[in-house]
Amino acid sequence: MLKMLGDSAILIQLGDAIDPALNARVHALSALLQTSLAIIETVPAYCTVLVHYDPLATTYNQIKNLIEEKISLLDESTHRPSRRLEIPVLYGNASGPDLESVATTLALFPSELIRLHSEREYTVYMMGFTPGFPYLGILNEKLSLPRLSTPRTRVPAGSVAIAGSQTGIYPVDSPGGWHIIGHTPLKLFDPTSETPFLFSPGDTVKFIPDHGQ
Amino acid sequence: MDNKPLTTDKHPSSIVSGPSSPALEIADLSGIATFQDSGRHGYNKFGVPTSGAMDWYAYQAANSLLNNPPNSAVIELGLGEITLRALRNTVIAVTGAGYEVENYIWIFPLWTSFYVRAGWTVRVKKTSGGNWAYIAIAGGFDSPIIMNSRSAYLRGGVGSALKVGGVLHSLAPAADLLKLAARDHTPLIPYSQTPTIEVIPAPQADWFTPEGIRTFYESEYTLSPSFDRMGYRLQGSPIEKVITKELISEGMTMGSIQIPADGQPIVMMADAPTAGGYPKIANVTRASLPLLAQCEAGVSKIRFREVTVEEAQRKTMDDRR
Repeated sequence: MLKMLGDSAILIQLGDAIDPALNARVHALSALLQTSLAIIETVPAYCTVLVHYDPLATTYNQIKNLIEEKISLLDESTHRPSRRLEIPVLYGNASGPDLESVATTLALFPSELIRLHSEREYTVYMMGFTPGFPYLGILNEKLSLPRLSTPRTRVPAGSVAIAGSQTGIYPVDSPGGWHIIGHTPLKLFDPTSETPFLFSPGDTVKFIPDHGQ
Repeated sequence: MDNKPLTTDKHPSSIVSGPSSPALEIADLSGIATFQDSGRHGYNKFGVPTSGAMDWYAYQAANSLLNNPPNSAVIELGLGEITLRALRNTVIAVTGAGYEVENYIWIFPLWTSFYVRAGWTVRVKKTSGGNWAYIAIAGGFDSPIIMNSRSAYLRGGVGSALKVGGVLHSLAPAADLLKLAARDHTPLIPYSQTPTIEVIPAPQADWFTPEGIRTFYESEYTLSPSFDRMGYRLQGSPIEKVITKELISEGMTMGSIQIPADGQPIVMMADAPTAGGYPKIANVTRASLPLLAQCEAGVSKIRFREVTVEEAQRKTMDDRR
């Protein structure tokens, strides 16, 4: 379903849920559209793709036709080659100040929590909040809990956190309301680098517990 | 693991670089001053806002007064004053709303270009009736290019705020300085303190009650004093919703009007997050963005009017000419 977002963007809604198969279609369509010169950029999210275009170069109807054509090319077998990234994480203690309390709330041993968090492969559903922040899902439902009632004013860069059915990593020091369970030494955002971002939407991610502590 | 960049940049106007030299020194500054250009494109999907000038029309006019390449960096000055000392002879153009310019002993209105001799000081002074001034220099300012743009995005640590004592460099001018000076441009955008902002209904327009929609289009809003480059919070009659479920986060643009639980509209501006989870009632057209950007907090009386996408796109074309 196509919806106008002002006079220089169109929102494509492929569904209305947080669902891995739907999100895979979102990333496939986003990648297909990105190759068109008429499109400035695409922003894949959970179940939508936002398409930015230059209204001085193309009209709404032209972009609409282009999008409809690309959607028709998008069959169930369209798969974007997904990259798989392994992320080392130091869980608990100063690296994950909420690990103990979260484990208590969820009635789990900290070691179980670490296992449940690191055994799954996650998908980067979308990126946003701060530059390079990956929204990863779906978390094992045993780890699902609401956000902090009072967000922290400063969450250090590299913090691995959980909230609701999602997990994520803070790329830069920022305020944040998710529960911090670990830390990765990897740099997620470096504006001066030729490759400023560690992740891309659609990537597959696996956390590797660092036992070297 | 494979960390190849997946970025693309297809912005129509490419970024110009080349030899540059010191041109101005910042002698005094209040408010917020940053370099901005036509924005950072291709990085929204990584969570990086587009940034760029808050008032694209004034930004483009400042550069065209000096025959600068269309994507040249300018100083965007917000809610304050700046005093610049020329380190060599140059030509400067200032556009925007709510400012006047003092160059050596003369006072210039906005939307003009003027010659500045080495040693002279140029002051851009706050008056009333707007928020942002754009100061362009012949050749365009040179500053580090980060992710294909010179636009600062301070919250994300991209670029930095200009500071007193800072020396600003500029690239080679497009023509002989004297040919670029003493030019003026009459803005085609009807800047006003009682603007009618044109909007196109947004994807969640049907989340609001008919009463809520009527409130939005028929009542008057003012700008809250706590506005910034990220968003303009408006104050007025609250807008009533019919659907109260949580929206799954989706992409948004500059001009997207979100309605949070309190019913007071927030318009996303240049540094707005790339995605959001509040329902959007409408989206400001490109042609109306400069008008809204220059609204004065607590003073301007803002009204909204619905237009079609065809109407909006025709208008943007006209303003470009």
